[in-house]
Amino acid sequence: MPSLKDLKIRIESVKSTRKITKAMQMVAAAKLRRAQEAAERARPYSEKMDKVVTNLASSFQGEGSAPKVMSGSGSDQVHLLIVATAERGLCGGFNSSIVRLARQHARNLIGQNKQVKILTIGKKGREQLKREFESYFIDHVDLTQYKIIRFSIAQEIGEKVLDLFEHNEFDVATVFFSRFQSVITQDPTAQQIIPVEVKEDNGEKGFYDFEPDETELLVDLLPQAIINHIFTALLENAASEQGARMSAMDNATRNAGEMIDKLTIVYNRSRQAAITKELIEIISGAEAL
Amino acid sequence: MHFDLVSPEKSVASIEVDAVDLPGVEGDMTAMDGHLPMLTSLRPGFVKARVGGDETRYVVAGGFVEITADSVTVLADEVFPEEEFTTPVLDDLVSRLEETASTKEMQEKDKAEKRLGDAISLRSQISH
Repeated sequence: MPSLKDLKIRIESVKSTRKITKAMQMVAAAKLRRAQEAAERARPYSEKMDKVVTNLASSFQGEGSAPKVMSGSGSDQVHLLIVATAERGLCGGFNSSIVRLARQHARNLIGQNKQVKILTIGKKGREQLKREFESYFIDHVDLTQYKIIRFSIAQEIGEKVLDLFEHNEFDVATVFFSRFQSVITQDPTAQQIIPVEVKEDNGEKGFYDFEPDETELLVDLLPQAIINHIFTALLENAASEQGARMSAMDNATRNAGEMIDKLTIVYNRSRQAAITKELIEIISGAEAL
Repeated sequence: MHFDLVSPEKSVASIEVDAVDLPGVEGDMTAMDGHLPMLTSLRPGFVKARVGGDETRYVVAGGFVEITADSVTVLADEVFPEEEFTTPVLDDLVSRLEETASTKEMQEKDKAEKRLGDAISLRSQISH
């Protein structure tokens, strides 16, 4: 049985832990709202961009040679995995679930005798992948210096990736991130960005005039679309991270509360036991006289 | 007709307009109701949305535009509302484009240099 003093110290320490987790939860809630707004604001552009790419690609079919980023390099031997995670932990299973998906993917590819290259974004994912895949790492992007996700960050990453593709460093690029569903659910996702996957035509056929011609437009448009995919992934990730942290910290706060209740009961019991013991001693002492 | 101006980070405008002036890569153009469906890329320049006698100007750093009979959608790389559009902002844009132009090769370099030229001429228009 721990002494009364020990119990008291213990309760105080759990109380201060609860204060910290509560504060972290509230900070995450505020950041989540901002991240969600940013994702919301970026949506119109992505939707329009997808529409234009689909339109352009479908009216392009059969005419001349498609740009390489769309038709692919004609092989799928070398895979680039872009694993986007957070810079910070304490956000439940957020980082691990993305890493798990990427790891599965990488093992699969290696099992099929394909070559794998890994580009990590965010240090948490890098740390977790390091043990098994360190020899496959080609590059790392650090996000600590950015407070908010700007398009320019995605542009930098995108240009790096496109440059690698131009130099035939890989054939297929897939980005791993977590899609934000709600505070409770984040969905780890693998999305292929190179070669560009063109959605099936929805029948809404536009007869467009192109200026300059289709090929040249596609050459300009596709990199922008790829960069935008990366941007969307980063935004979704930012929102998911805060959502995951918020629910993780909510749980932690609740657990700390429960622990305080339990410890308080133990504390009161032992206090009473001590009082009873003293009383018994006094009474039996008096009786003996 | 409906006019949408979106940048990757946000939607800048979504309004009903009478006509839109666009800095197309192969020349300026004006889109009005019933325009031929068209896709084109933009050079750095002014996008002007006209409603009645009023005109709202935006500066875009390049991008794409989709024109249909009843809508104009501008997908801009970067948008500055006119009041935010000052010489320092442009200097920044020009120096960024200069940097891109210096890293590219062949055809890409031509393209980047053309954009740079457009941005520089835009800057001279503004400072007057």
